[in-house]
Amino acid sequence: MFDFIKENLILDEPLIVGANVSILLTLIGLIFALTYYKKWKWLWTEWITTVDHKKIGIMYIIAALLMLFRGGVDALLMRAQLTVPNNEFLSSQHYNEIFTTHGTIMILFMAMPFLLGLMNVVVPLQLGARDVAYPYLNNLSFWSFFFGAILFNISFVFGGSPDAGWTNYAPLAIEGSPGPGINYYLLGLQISGIGTLLTGINFIVTIIKMRAPGMTLLRMPMFSWTTLITSFIIVFAFPILTVSLALMTFDRLFGTHFFTLTGGGNVMLWSNFFWLWGHPEVYIVILPAFGIFSEVIATFARKTLFGFKSMILSLVVISFLSFLVWVHHFFTMGGSAAVNNVFSITTMAIAIPTGIKIFNWLGTLYKGRIQFTTAMMWALAFIPTFIIGGVTGVMLGMAAADFQYHNNYFLVAHFHYTLIAGVVFACFAGFIYWYPKMFGHKMNERLGKLALWFFTIGFNVCFLPQFLLGFAGMPRRVYTYVPEDGWTALNVVSTIGAIGMGIGFLILVYNVNYSWRHAKRETTGDAWNGRTLEWATTTAVPPHYNFAVIPEVSEIDAFWHIKQQKKEMKEESISYEPIHMPSNASTPFLMSVLFFVAGFGLVFALWWMAVLGGIGILACMVVRSTSSYRDKGYYVSVDEIRELEQSNQGEA
Amino acid sequence: MFKNRKPWLIVTISFISLFVITALALRSDLIILDPKGPIGAIQKDLIMYSIYFMLAILIIVYILFAYIVSKYRDRNNFNAKDYQPDMHGSTKLEIVWTIIPLVIVIALSIPNAKALYALKEPPQSTMNKEPIIIHATAADWKWIFSYPEENIETVNYVNVPENHPILFKVTAADSMASFWVPQIGGQIYGMPGMVNDLYLQADEPGEYNGRNSNFTGAGMTHQQFRFVALEEVEYNNWVKETQDHAPKLDEGTYEKLMLPETVDEKTFSSTHLAFVDHGTDSAYAMKIREKYGVEIKGIKVRRGE
Repeated sequence: MFDFIKENLILDEPLIVGANVSILLTLIGLIFALTYYKKWKWLWTEWITTVDHKKIGIMYIIAALLMLFRGGVDALLMRAQLTVPNNEFLSSQHYNEIFTTHGTIMILFMAMPFLLGLMNVVVPLQLGARDVAYPYLNNLSFWSFFFGAILFNISFVFGGSPDAGWTNYAPLAIEGSPGPGINYYLLGLQISGIGTLLTGINFIVTIIKMRAPGMTLLRMPMFSWTTLITSFIIVFAFPILTVSLALMTFDRLFGTHFFTLTGGGNVMLWSNFFWLWGHPEVYIVILPAFGIFSEVIATFARKTLFGFKSMILSLVVISFLSFLVWVHHFFTMGGSAAVNNVFSITTMAIAIPTGIKIFNWLGTLYKGRIQFTTAMMWALAFIPTFIIGGVTGVMLGMAAADFQYHNNYFLVAHFHYTLIAGVVFACFAGFIYWYPKMFGHKMNERLGKLALWFFTIGFNVCFLPQFLLGFAGMPRRVYTYVPEDGWTALNVVSTIGAIGMGIGFLILVYNVNYSWRHAKRETTGDAWNGRTLEWATTTAVPPHYNFAVIPEVSEIDAFWHIKQQKKEMKEESISYEPIHMPSNASTPFLMSVLFFVAGFGLVFALWWMAVLGGIGILACMVVRSTSSYRDKGYYVSVDEIRELEQSNQGEA
Repeated sequence: MFKNRKPWLIVTISFISLFVITALALRSDLIILDPKGPIGAIQKDLIMYSIYFMLAILIIVYILFAYIVSKYRDRNNFNAKDYQPDMHGSTKLEIVWTIIPLVIVIALSIPNAKALYALKEPPQSTMNKEPIIIHATAADWKWIFSYPEENIETVNYVNVPENHPILFKVTAADSMASFWVPQIGGQIYGMPGMVNDLYLQADEPGEYNGRNSNFTGAGMTHQQFRFVALEEVEYNNWVKETQDHAPKLDEGTYEKLMLPETVDEKTFSSTHLAFVDHGTDSAYAMKIREKYGVEIKGIKVRRGE
């Protein structure tokens, strides 16, 4: 056992040793703090076993911010390496591991959980529901995501990171990559994928079944709409990933030949499977982002969303088309002109519904009364920036031209323009917008705007030159270049931009701390003069049951209309009824730990560990299945509701 | 005082950055936009055609955006008549901005389709010449070029006559690689067990950088080759000389090329096509690696050693 650890713990790379030490110190610090302040029980009952969608959402967001930090450090290391030609800061192998983990982490462990976190916090509130449809499952979703992410993340200190790119193309990932790295990728994604799939199912049911009385689908807020459509994409797309990962795991661990060079495997199959999931995955992250922008823009333009129905229609069309464009990721694989032509057209067709959305947002701003809050400024920064990503996407969609763009920095710049200007800006906008709903106070506006300017200007300075590097013929994923290539100046500029983004992120994180200490506490549930039901709670941070009385909805922008009609009921006239709530759950956490154990066992082919973990997982399922009838939840009594609601009124 | 300076500071920084990037762009060799052959030219024309459309879209949206955001921003002297909170859509407008992108997509699809079919054929300008066939094989981390007619094999460089169509038969011995000479024309994948055709042609003599642009592991960055366009006479001399003087490629030498490492340029007067066809046999390189004891799979070996 000791030999096993000694063999795999990476101690020869100064950067990684530094990471080792800092992880160890952070862990010790955390354990000490939790023990010293006697917070273990609080952590267990209030957070780890919670089924409250708001807390689960906050945990998702914290995890996502940590991953954003990790992925961001990866990005800065890459930029540092590429700043000057013939740089020896990182070795080829190390660089390859870093861009692989950067891509995987940013998409799967940053963007997705950030958005899932915001969905968790907001969607049940927007629907006027008390929780999601399956609170128990929701807890399991979070923890399986979390332990999947942990499994993936420990690779760089223990055994070596995956090094075949986030696309993990066969046969490189099977026959060209010895070591446990790729196994970490396969198992980490597999375990976290379970969580994502469950969340998809959970939100579909929640949105279909748990809307407040009167909230027809056409009166449902746009963010909930995007969540619904996204959940459908998740449910259709993620099984493809699950199966593909499982097949490749068999290839690597058990010697099957699905994607191998030898034994009649088919290497093309992986690329097709991967992008059959991978392209919808891009829309899984961008559609909720669109939803966030719709909410933020409508709120701060103080105007109802323009073209609500065409917004929904374009969502549906995008989600449908997202499954029909995967070949555009490998036009260069040698498909016939006809095949490439078809996929060119489907790809460019996505620009039509996306264009509709952009113009509808402009229409929402038109004849509005625009307030420049930080959240709104992120949304406003999104429109002109994202559209660069959009139009270059159309350019890439032209297969004949793509033969030149493919695998070069033009592509890299394009997808960062969509994923950062689209998804990351949305995450920040949503985070700041719903921050008072999560923590009871706003984030500081001045610091927020400073972060925004650093990040957005830095972003453009970082990625605009990369379009040009593409035209100059610089391929992606190269770890270095020579001065004669003529790419130096643009790379230097790009790195400067990346530093700006890093500073922006640090200011944003500092702002969390600063606001926690200094910001004025909110006294009502309506921090921004909001339009949708999440702002209708009596308190800034809603109590665990969300609404003492479920609101009735008669219009779109339900809360806005309630306020317009001054229908606010007087305190005395409300008659409370006991509220049925689900009880906490500890099995999901345990089960996810066992997933981690089994996954780790498989990564290193420690069969005993994998089998024990597997048996444990099954046991958890049996225990839950045979005892769930006893889990009847509990009632919040009328007295307790009245006390909670009135104590808040008193504070106000 | 300070309050008024801030927006200007932001605007100044933004414009200086944009200016620097533009200046650098003008000074850079944007080789894709400066093609030296008919294939690259087709692609460059298509790229420029699309760029004009995209710039038009960007400018229209930016003007609209700037106008709306400045006109309807909440401020002290905000004209309350401008504020219509219940305006929720306009079928007419929504139809307009559905149709305009549709028209643009059609306008882009047609030349794209034409180009796609054109790229599958030898270049128009040299229709009278029979294309020279060269097999390009990627093996971690090198490029192997075989001239079946001339019975020549080269590694990491390829000589071609100028103004003569070349049909590259691209394949790979192991990982998927992408065969790319940016200044001559767009790329195609070399796939193990498959052969993809790619026509290229250089209009001027010269040396152009070629490489693998698809990630194939540790040596991918150095998986480059020289694409040398020679005058017809020079090329024929080189062929003759190579046939007469270069060593024969024996199987043992070729097996060494299947190991994952970078190598220098090499020239042979026979081709590997005699003993293996990577276009149908995807397992060959793996068998060789096994024979030479190179770990190809499994978790025992730590990377970077």
